[in-house]
Amino acid sequence: MPQTVFAKIWDAHLVTKRSDGRDIIYVDRHIMHDLHAPIAMQKIVDAGRTVLRPHLTWSSQDHSVSIQPDRDVTAREGSPFNQKVRVLAQKFGIRVFDIGDSEQGISHVIGPELGMVLPGSTYACPDSHACTVGGVGAMAFACGTTELEHVLATQSIAMLRPKTMRVNLTGKLKPGVSAKDVIMRVIAQLGADGARGYVVEYAGPVAEALEIEGRLTLCNMSIEWGARSGLVAPDEKTFAWLKGRPYAPTGAEWDAALADWRQFKTDPGATFDKEHTVDCGGLDPQITWGTNPGQVIGIGDVVPDPSSVPPERRDAFNHSLEYMGLKAGQKIEGLPVDVVFIGSCNNARLSDLDEVAKIVKGKKLASGVRALIVPGSSAVKRAAEAKGYDKVFKDAGFMWGASGCSMCAGGEGIVAAKGQRVLSTTNRNFENRQGAGVRTHLVSPAMAAAAAITGKITDSRAVPTA
Amino acid sequence: MEAFISTSGTAVPLLLDDINTDQIAPADKSHGHGSDMKAMLFRRWKEGDPNFVFNRPQYQSPRILVAKDNFACGSSRESAVWCMAANGIRVVVARSIADIFKENCLRNGLLAIELPLDKAVLFEEQVTKTDGAQPFAVDLPSQTITCPDGTKIAFEIREAEKIALLEGLDDIGITLKHKADIEAFEAKIKKTKPWLQKAEAHQ
Repeated sequence: MPQTVFAKIWDAHLVTKRSDGRDIIYVDRHIMHDLHAPIAMQKIVDAGRTVLRPHLTWSSQDHSVSIQPDRDVTAREGSPFNQKVRVLAQKFGIRVFDIGDSEQGISHVIGPELGMVLPGSTYACPDSHACTVGGVGAMAFACGTTELEHVLATQSIAMLRPKTMRVNLTGKLKPGVSAKDVIMRVIAQLGADGARGYVVEYAGPVAEALEIEGRLTLCNMSIEWGARSGLVAPDEKTFAWLKGRPYAPTGAEWDAALADWRQFKTDPGATFDKEHTVDCGGLDPQITWGTNPGQVIGIGDVVPDPSSVPPERRDAFNHSLEYMGLKAGQKIEGLPVDVVFIGSCNNARLSDLDEVAKIVKGKKLASGVRALIVPGSSAVKRAAEAKGYDKVFKDAGFMWGASGCSMCAGGEGIVAAKGQRVLSTTNRNFENRQGAGVRTHLVSPAMAAAAAITGKITDSRAVPTA
Repeated sequence: MEAFISTSGTAVPLLLDDINTDQIAPADKSHGHGSDMKAMLFRRWKEGDPNFVFNRPQYQSPRILVAKDNFACGSSRESAVWCMAANGIRVVVARSIADIFKENCLRNGLLAIELPLDKAVLFEEQVTKTDGAQPFAVDLPSQTITCPDGTKIAFEIREAEKIALLEGLDDIGITLKHKADIEAFEAKIKKTKPWLQKAEAHQ
């Protein structure tokens, strides 16, 4: 029977079915992070249990680390969370990607980048953006703290088999339009809860044409429309991208792995519980205007009218408008911007910084704009510096930080002020997420860079590049 | 895990769509996931709006939280459940609830109920009309919500989850009964896909 790529991965990891109907799915790679790892590891200690497979378990210091450029020297001790991770991980023999470690970075960025998370493999992380790694054709499971404890104790997750959905991304992207614009359009079209209960496969010519880092960005926002997970079937481009990465298999094992990975495709004729098509051919750069990731318009559009949504949703719609300081019918382009944040597991890989550098090189930040760029991993930081980007960004007036989650969720302390308008390459425009009363607009790296230079919301394609 | 059999108490109407876990459990540098869970629940909304429902006197000891579509979307943070529990909330009733939050409720002995639209509308009207003046009862064995005026609303739950809640089952313990299966699976993978059973940097 023809099968979906999801079914192939699920079945290849099925240990057994529990009597309550849940499948025990084996976890190949497990990367925790500093906010939840200490709590779960302490609970393991308190319950007198142990970590079943410490050699397949890691913890990265990302959510609460300082991103000050000199932190590897001056703030190596880290936050109370970082310190607890260190002590408990050592007890269980778990490797920590610690402050000052050359492999430190945001968990979902380093997983693929190190060649640790592989096509057709399973990945668990106590973070809803675990789904990022679907970009290399892996199946991610995001979980809470008690589930994390379950993964630690059993190297597996016990889940009901989710439903399947395919989103066919048709057309050809225009120049200056990115994976970020695609996923924002998908959520706008299919709804902020349109994928609840499903694992989503992104397919079609647009998904195939995206480079791997773009696919990571695409899959990263699967949770923003409620999906259990999201992925792009791995292909020759994926394998070439992984080859030679530090933890990827080598030699004869690489050849065997490659033969295995080539099966992880959806067979012709396989059926999904739901199927959608989103045409991306006419897409312009996208931007969120509201406070959920489905409230998206093109850069040339006006803020929509409450009459565009069903009556029972109008109160929430009006509340979003008020929170964002916007009026229906108003043009989004040209609004003044206070803060620009380029970072996060969504959009802080080297290819993202390439786009930023193209726009920023030789220019200065607009007067009054505060802007920071935080690379997704320490390896991205080094690679960007090797290309001279640190100088490009600093000369323009950006702060160039050390790697971490930083202002995405404000866990480290850098936030904007009440009423400030932030252009952010992150994945959540929720109320108060980047500070109390802060107005967050989600955009691509190019759009964020353009706003930093002009001081207002700008079509990035209109800014001359170096 | 604490078992859930039945409860009775105030039902708080928070009749909005898309309430996310950043709003339920706002975290920042000074309010981390290990801090005061009771104070964390809807902290920003409580601080920002004196008329917010949780600031009103009749909703100071809530038992049941009532919301609309896509409740508790966003971040997987389990503190969203812990801070509800710290405030005495044992039941969430909504038109639809995000997957990860539902799992987190189950692991903490909270009952998450999704009602189909007709029943949800009926229940929301009851909760709004009562305005915290009288208690609602939720009974898991009979899968029934009883409103103050005697109206009964039946709800669905998977049998296995019902048993897990009624008995307060230890989910990790259940999987660990299959430890031999897990080890057999690993042994098979070591032979067929050895690269998955190790992960060491070679450069």
